[in-house]
Amino acid sequence: MAVEVIKERYSSKVGEVVLGATKAEGGTRSHTVTVGGDSTLPFLHFEGEVPNRPVIAMEVQDRIPDWNPVVKKPFEDVIGDVAAWAEKCVKEYGADLIYLKLASADPELGDASPEQCAETLKKVLEAVEVPLIVVGSGNDEKDNEVMPQVAEAGAGENLLLGVAKQDNYKTLTAACMVHKHSIIAQSPIDINIAKQLNILINEMNLPLDRIVIDPSVGALGYGIEYTYSIMERMRLGALTGDTMLSMPIICTVGHEAGRAKEANAGADEFPGWGDLAERAVMWEAMTAAGFVQAGGHIFVLRHPRSVELTRRAIDQLMKK
Amino acid sequence: MALTGLDIFKLLPKTNCGECGVPTCLAFAMALAAGKTSLEACPHVSEEAKETLGAAAAPPIRLVTLGTEADDHRIEIGDEQVLFRHDKTFYHPCAVAVEVRDDLSDADLQARLDKINGLVFERVGLEYKIDLVAVTNASGDAARFAAAAKKVADSTKFALMLVSEDSGALREALEAVAARRPVLAWATEANYEEVVALAKEKGCPVVIKGDGLDATAGLADKVSKMDHKDLILDTGARETAEVLADLVHMRRLAIKKRFRPLGYPTIAFTTEEDPQAEMMQAATYVAKYASMIVIRAVERPEVLSLLTWRQNVYTDPQKPIQVQSKVYEVGEPGRDAPVYITTNFSLTYYTVEGEVAASKIPSYIIPVDTDGTSVLTAWAAGKFTGESIAETMKNLDIESKVDHREVVIPGFVAVLSGKLQEASGWKVLVGPREAAGIPAFAKEKFGK
Repeated sequence: MAVEVIKERYSSKVGEVVLGATKAEGGTRSHTVTVGGDSTLPFLHFEGEVPNRPVIAMEVQDRIPDWNPVVKKPFEDVIGDVAAWAEKCVKEYGADLIYLKLASADPELGDASPEQCAETLKKVLEAVEVPLIVVGSGNDEKDNEVMPQVAEAGAGENLLLGVAKQDNYKTLTAACMVHKHSIIAQSPIDINIAKQLNILINEMNLPLDRIVIDPSVGALGYGIEYTYSIMERMRLGALTGDTMLSMPIICTVGHEAGRAKEANAGADEFPGWGDLAERAVMWEAMTAAGFVQAGGHIFVLRHPRSVELTRRAIDQLMKK
Repeated sequence: MALTGLDIFKLLPKTNCGECGVPTCLAFAMALAAGKTSLEACPHVSEEAKETLGAAAAPPIRLVTLGTEADDHRIEIGDEQVLFRHDKTFYHPCAVAVEVRDDLSDADLQARLDKINGLVFERVGLEYKIDLVAVTNASGDAARFAAAAKKVADSTKFALMLVSEDSGALREALEAVAARRPVLAWATEANYEEVVALAKEKGCPVVIKGDGLDATAGLADKVSKMDHKDLILDTGARETAEVLADLVHMRRLAIKKRFRPLGYPTIAFTTEEDPQAEMMQAATYVAKYASMIVIRAVERPEVLSLLTWRQNVYTDPQKPIQVQSKVYEVGEPGRDAPVYITTNFSLTYYTVEGEVAASKIPSYIIPVDTDGTSVLTAWAAGKFTGESIAETMKNLDIESKVDHREVVIPGFVAVLSGKLQEASGWKVLVGPREAAGIPAFAKEKFGK
């Protein structure tokens, strides 16, 4: 029986964003990384193109983070030195990108000065040749002091800087404009705010191909399905011509999964849940698996094993 | 595709006799299309029309039940109506079967069954568990297959599945465990007549395996003419991207075109050897339309992560999950333990619980019944007020559990402080707006 399969015809596609800049382009990266460009729902190769495979950014911080020991263990030899940590992520674990969180800028966590943060960025830029994502500490006021100097220190590198939020996007957008970087636009699991924020940033003249959406991901078991559905709707929007939803999507999986009880509670506390070391990895990896299927483009992960598992899952889905 | 009023009209007698209670056949057809009347009202309708219209009214994907009432739990698969959960919801969670090979030694088989029987988890107040045990005929030996099936049937309460392409082996194993109404796999082009006859005789659901989508549709069509409709479809694909494509094709054709030969539940088999990689592969199938999957992993953290994913994907987006409104203990709170107020929207509650636990200060949490809405939504809807919080505190008798009289409310509803203080007589502390701020807040206020 010859079955005529249904192939959807879409009028548009996800936009592409290029991360990093080579020497020829005014930066110092060995190569650039392009994300997005999909003209179909995730991995449906029979009806459209997935020109750029989803990529993995490994998270490093400029202070020893308060992560679960299971997740910190693989880095115990480098965790006090952010440049060495980043280098290990690229050399040993094959990270496509480094996600540098300037946690120590937080007034509660060291209150590093903008100059110190700029120095940190330079060290990491020297240690690795992959493109960089750089985010502030999460303290809006302080980040507004820090990020412009970081943007300046990284001028020419085409960094992906974050995070811009609906009530705090102007300073970062301006810094990205002046120093030619791309921006992470974060919305609180809300497709309308995502769209609105993209419009606001775009109105400041930052082009759409320099915006990446952070939809605020929930962890497995903690609202992952909300973001999952929002991302599916965003992809459908992008494919049907809604340009303000057509940016690639970044999923900060490690951060969210790392907060889940399942990634932290020992087997002594929950004997039925099995070994914590495996569980913490699985929680991060399975959260990523869900968002791979929802149409994420950049996955920010922490543990090398979940990086490996996510990469393998993407490999399998990219086979035509 | 649903029939229009005009499509239906063509099948009616067109006599305008009015005996159905509607003056004309056309008006009756319109009423039928709108679901306002039923075909039985027409005394003159032809058998052909009944069949056509009856089929059009059937759901796009057939509902198939697995196992028996005596099994651990009832399993229904199929009967899905949408392609995206945000369009409505997914109804029947992907059934998870765990494989047991019949070439294991007795001791290994028992050890594996013990692990499988333990794949039941408590999480966020719910029970997650696998659904079936799939016995596979890896030995190629019919007697051994039957013996293994018997042993599995005797040692598990989960529903059963028998997997072999050898109809003789299936017959022998089925004889041993027919009372459990196992799922039979596979009926193929080569053996379908025997296997489907067997399934029909014992009333078992049967997995149809074709070589690709076209062959699977052809086979399903032939089998449905044997008057056995409890079918599950396997296109034979095993590479992740191929399986995904086939699952999408089947779901789209069934939902959007009402293509009957593919209007049945579907099944996917994982191939990754490593249990963790296997769960990643299974995650795609759970999200994208497999009605059933067969896995090999029995490791608890791995299976828990997969079952949690299934739970999340099949959560009804229109009906927020709620937690019971009662006093929850985090750690072992004493008489000086902090008391936190939140709402009974499951996601809100568990986010707060996670952060309170992270504060490492044993505490009480009281979720107020707000019909499963989040803090701001509940407040805006008048379901989270000083009075309703005070009433909940009183009904749950938190006064008897602590010596102090201080209660923490979410920062977003700081405005309720006065009313709550008045209604409860407790001192109100305004907590952080986001749950993530709780550890720092708790350290400052309650840390010693």
